[in-house]
Amino acid sequence: MLADKDRIFTNLYGLDDWGLDGARRRGDWDGTKALMEKGADWIINEMKASGLRGRGGAGFPAGVKWSFMPKESKDGRPNYLVINADEGEPGTCKDREIMRFDPHKLVEGALLASFAMNAHACYIYIRGEFYREAENLQGAIDQAYAAGLIGPNACGTGYAFDLYLHRGAGAYICGEETALIESLEGKKGQPRLKPPFPAGSGLYGCPTTVNNVETIAVTPSILRRGATWFTSFGRPNNTGTKLFCISGHVNEPCTVEESMSIPLKELIEKHAGGVRGGWDNLLAVIPGGSSVPVLPKSICDTALMDFDALKEQRSGLGTAAVIVMDKSTDIVRAIARLSKFYKHESCGQCTPCREGTGWMWRVMERLVTGDARIEEIDLLLEVTTEVEGHTICALGDAAAWPIQGLIRHFRGEIENRIKRRQGVAA
Amino acid sequence: MPKVTVDGVEIEVAPGSTVLQACEQAGKEIPRFCYHDRLSIAGNCRMCLVEVSPGPPKPQASCALPVAEGQQIKTDSPMVKKARRGVMEMLLINHPLDCPICDQGGECDLQDQALFYGFDRSRFQENKRAVKDKDFGPLIKTQMTRCIHCTRCVRFATEVAGVEELGAIGRGENMEITTTIGQMVTSELSGNIIDLCPVGALTSKPFAFTARPWELRKTESVDVLDAVGSNIRIDARGSEVMRVLPRLNEAVNEEWLSDKSRFACDGLKRQRLDRPYVRENGRLREADWDEAFAAIAAKLKTMPATSVAAIAGDLADCESMLALKDLMAAVGSPNIDCRQDGAKLDAGARASYLFNATIAGIDDADALLIIGSNPRTEAAVLNARIRRRWLKGKFSVGAIGENVDLTYRAKHLGAGPRTLSDVLEGRDDFARVLEAAERPMIIIGSGAVARDDGAAVLATARAVAEKYGVVKDGWNGFCLLQRAASRVGGLDLGLVPGQGGRDVARILAGAASGEIGLVWLLGADEIDMNRLGSAFVVYQGHHGDAGAHRADVVLPGAAYTEKSGTYVNTEGRVQRANAAHFPLGEAKEDWAILRAMSGVIGKPLAYDNLAQLRARMAQANPVFGRVDAITPATWGPFGAAGAMSDAPFANLVANFYMTDPISRASVTMARCTELLGPNKGATGTHG
Repeated sequence: MLADKDRIFTNLYGLDDWGLDGARRRGDWDGTKALMEKGADWIINEMKASGLRGRGGAGFPAGVKWSFMPKESKDGRPNYLVINADEGEPGTCKDREIMRFDPHKLVEGALLASFAMNAHACYIYIRGEFYREAENLQGAIDQAYAAGLIGPNACGTGYAFDLYLHRGAGAYICGEETALIESLEGKKGQPRLKPPFPAGSGLYGCPTTVNNVETIAVTPSILRRGATWFTSFGRPNNTGTKLFCISGHVNEPCTVEESMSIPLKELIEKHAGGVRGGWDNLLAVIPGGSSVPVLPKSICDTALMDFDALKEQRSGLGTAAVIVMDKSTDIVRAIARLSKFYKHESCGQCTPCREGTGWMWRVMERLVTGDARIEEIDLLLEVTTEVEGHTICALGDAAAWPIQGLIRHFRGEIENRIKRRQGVAA
Repeated sequence: MPKVTVDGVEIEVAPGSTVLQACEQAGKEIPRFCYHDRLSIAGNCRMCLVEVSPGPPKPQASCALPVAEGQQIKTDSPMVKKARRGVMEMLLINHPLDCPICDQGGECDLQDQALFYGFDRSRFQENKRAVKDKDFGPLIKTQMTRCIHCTRCVRFATEVAGVEELGAIGRGENMEITTTIGQMVTSELSGNIIDLCPVGALTSKPFAFTARPWELRKTESVDVLDAVGSNIRIDARGSEVMRVLPRLNEAVNEEWLSDKSRFACDGLKRQRLDRPYVRENGRLREADWDEAFAAIAAKLKTMPATSVAAIAGDLADCESMLALKDLMAAVGSPNIDCRQDGAKLDAGARASYLFNATIAGIDDADALLIIGSNPRTEAAVLNARIRRRWLKGKFSVGAIGENVDLTYRAKHLGAGPRTLSDVLEGRDDFARVLEAAERPMIIIGSGAVARDDGAAVLATARAVAEKYGVVKDGWNGFCLLQRAASRVGGLDLGLVPGQGGRDVARILAGAASGEIGLVWLLGADEIDMNRLGSAFVVYQGHHGDAGAHRADVVLPGAAYTEKSGTYVNTEGRVQRANAAHFPLGEAKEDWAILRAMSGVIGKPLAYDNLAQLRARMAQANPVFGRVDAITPATWGPFGAAGAMSDAPFANLVANFYMTDPISRASVTMARCTELLGPNKGATGTHG
C-alpha cells in the first residue's frame, strides 16, 4: 500500500483548503522558479525518465509526447498546451477531485508543462457539467495570477504564461483530443483526421499538445521529487502512482491514489472495503472505464492494475476507473447500457461508428431479453470488428470492446437467455 | 518525388499527394463517397480504406493519408476487402431500399459501389432510420432518409459557393444535414450539390420523376445564359430538353454550373415561337414562311437601304450574326449593332472587350479591382473562382459600384466613376495595393461601359491598368466581364455600325423619328420596344418575349439547344454548341432563315451550308478558325477620354434568375424569383 508520504494528491478528499494557502502548505508552488530555471530540456528529460504514461487512457509516454513539440517556431506559429478536463468516461471521477480539491497542482503543472514545450498559452477544456469544479479551478487560476505565479512574469522568471479555462457543453466526444480542439475553436465537436497530428497542427493550426488533467497535475511533484522517486512505484514501463476510481458493488466506493501495478483484488479490498458480499460474490470488473473489455472474476483474482498487465488480459487500464459488478448484476444489460451510451455519444461523422453503434445497441437490447437467434451473437461480434479500427477516432473501438469482452467471457450467459426464451416460446 | 508501391507495382507520385491519388495514378479504383477533388478532405465515409505499411495494423483512409517514400499500399488485400464490405454494410443498414422510385437511380454512387463492394443481402434486422425532409428551396428536392452524411454538400456550400447555409446538427445516428434554421439555400450555385450528392438525398426538384438517366440522349454543348460559356451536357428526350448538367472544363467552369444555366431549361418548353406570324389589322396571325418572307421583301422595297437596321440579341450564335451582317451588307444598310445594352465597346480593339486574363488566369492574380460589376450575379461560376483565389490568401479585392456580398471580402471603395478617378490619381489607398501587386487584375462590368460616359469609363480603366502594371509582359489583367453570350462573338464579327451607320441608340432614335423604317431584331429583347415608333419590326427568335410582341413579322428561330452554333465567351474562347434536338414546329436554324431571306430579295448570301458559313467566319476573323481556344488580344488604344458623370455604377442584373427570354419563360426561374429574387418574401399584396 502506498505510504502517505508518497502521495501526490494529499487533498484528494477536500479535507484541507483548496486555495493557494492550502496548496502552499501541501508543497505546491514550492521552488517552481528553480525548476523552470533548470530549463525546458531538463524538464522533458526528467519526464521521460519518470516513465509517466498519459493518464487519459491511451497511456502514451508524456515526456515523449512533449518532445514532439517544435523547440522554436520557424514560421511564427505559437505552441499551445491544451489540458483535457472533459472527464466523461463512465466510471471515472479522478480529474474532478483534482480540480475541485487540488486545483493548484493543475495550474502549476500547466505552467511547467507549457514552459517545457515553449507554450505561452494554455487552455483547459473542462466538461460543462463540472460547474463547481470550474469555479474552484477558475478561483485557483485567479489566485495564481494575483500572486504572480502565472501571467506576464510567471513566478518571476520573466516567462509570460496565460492560462484559460474553457467550459464545454457536455459531449463525451469532446474528450477526444482533436474533437476537443475543434470544440475549443468554436466548431462542432468532431474528431479530426490524423495526420496531421496536433503536435504539427492542432489548435488554430498551431503545434499543440493535449494532456489529461492528471498527467499535468502530477508533473510538479515528479519534477520536485525526481524521476527515480516516481519510477520506484509500479513495474517497469508502468511506473508511478495513479488515481483509481472504484465504483459499483463495493462497500466503500472511492477515488484513491495508489501505486501502479497494484493487484486488483488488493485495490478493491484495501481501499473500497471489498466486494459487496465478499470477494466470492464478484462477477466481473471493468478495470479501466466503460471503454475497456470486462474481466470475469477468474482473471480479476490475479490481475495487476497497469497498462501492460491488463493489455495481456485483452482489456486495458484506460482511466483506471474500476467498475465492480457482483453476482446480482445482469451483465448483459450492463453492457447493453454502455452500448446505448456509445450510440448516444457517437458524433456521427464517420460511417462505421454512426451506423454501427446504433446497430450494436439494438442487437444488445434484444440479447438482454434473449430475443435473438444464437447466430446473432457471432453477427454482433463481426459487427464490432467492422466498427473497430475503421473509424476516425477511438470511439468506435470503445463501443466495440465492451461487447467483445462480454461475448468473450459471458457467451454462455447470452446463449442461455436465448435458449430460455425459445423454450418459453416453444 | 516519393516512390510508393501499389499492389506490387512501384510508381512515382508527386510529393504531397494522398494515397488515394497514388492508387488512382497506378490505375487502381478506390471507392469513395465523401472525397471530392475540389472539396476539402473529410475522410468520414471510410469507404476508401486501404492497407498501408509501414503503419498501424488497421486499414487507413486513403483520401486523407499523405504518401511517404517507400509506402507499400494494398488495395485488394483480404483486410481491405473486408473493411470495404463492412463500411458498405454500415452505409446500407439505414439507407432505404427505395431505388425503384429514386431519381438518383442509374447514376448513384451508392448503387454502383454496393454492386462492386457490398454484400448481396442485408443482415440488419432492426428498424431503419427515417429522417424528416428539409426544405432546400425550389431547386433541390430532399429525401434525407437517403443521406449518408458524406458532407459534400456542406463543404461545397461553405467552401466553393461561400454561403454558410448548410451544416449538420445532431449527433451519432441522429445527425442530420440541414440548412441554417430551416432557410433555403440562397447560392447561385446551389444546384451543384445535386451533382455532388453521391446518393439520392439531394436531387433536382424540377427534374423529379420525369425521366430516367438512361432514357436520355446526351449532347455536349455550351451554355449561353451568361457569358462564361460553361460547358454543359444537354439531356433530351425526343424534342424536349429534360435537364442540363455541367461538363468538365478546367479552364472555364471546372465542373460547376450556375443555377440559371442548369434550371432555366424548362423555359425552352414555354412561350415558344414555332411558326411564322405576320401582323394583319394590328394582330399577329399564323402564316407560312413564304408569306412572312414576302411581307418583309415587300416592305424592304418601299424604303432606302439606310432606313433598314438590325440589332443582334444576347443569345445569338455567331453564324446567325454573321449571316445578319452579310444580309444587311447585301441590302446596303450600315445600321447594325450587337450591343443592345448600348455598351461603348470598340470592335476595333479586341483587348477592350475581352476578359484578357482568362478565367483560369484568376488563379494567378494577386489583387483585384472590380469596377461596376457584380460577378456573383453576372457570372456566378467565375465568381466562385475568384472566391477560391481569395481563400488561398494574399489577394486583396476592391470594388467600385454597389456594395454587395460577393462571397469574399471586398473592400468597398466607392460607388461611381469618381472613385475610379481617385484610384487612377492615387488618392485611393487601393492604388497602393495595385501598385504592390505582381499580377493585378481589373474586372470591368459590362454595365459600367453601357452608360453615356461608358467610353470615358473604359478609357479611365485603361489608364488605371497601364499605370499600375495591370498590363505588362506576360500578363494582361484587364478584364471586361461580359454578360451576354453573343457579345464577344458579335464584336469579333464586327456587328457594329458601318460607315455612317447607326448604333442601337440611334437606331431607336431613328425609328422614333421615322428615319428608320425597318428593324430586324435577331433575338433582341432587351431594348425598349416602345421606342421603335412606327418602324416595321421583324423579330427573329425563339421565344414570344418583348420583341415578338412588338413584331410585324415573326420568324421562328432555334434556341441554343436546337442548333449547332458558335459562341465566344467573355475571355474570347470560341466554343461550339450542339443541337440536342431539331427546332420546334416550323422553326429553323437562324442562319438558314437569313440565308433564305437573302434569296427572296434576290441577293443570295455566298454560303449554302454550315461548313461554308464557318469558313466565311474564319475568313472574317481568324479567331473563329480556332475552336475551343483563346486567341489573345493585342493591347492597343481604346476608349475615349472625356468627362465621367457622378452617377454610381448600377447593378444591371436586378434578378439573377431572369435575364433573358429563356429564363423569363421558365417556371422554375419564376419560382426562384418569387422565393429568392430581389423581392423575396413579398406576399402578393405588396404594392
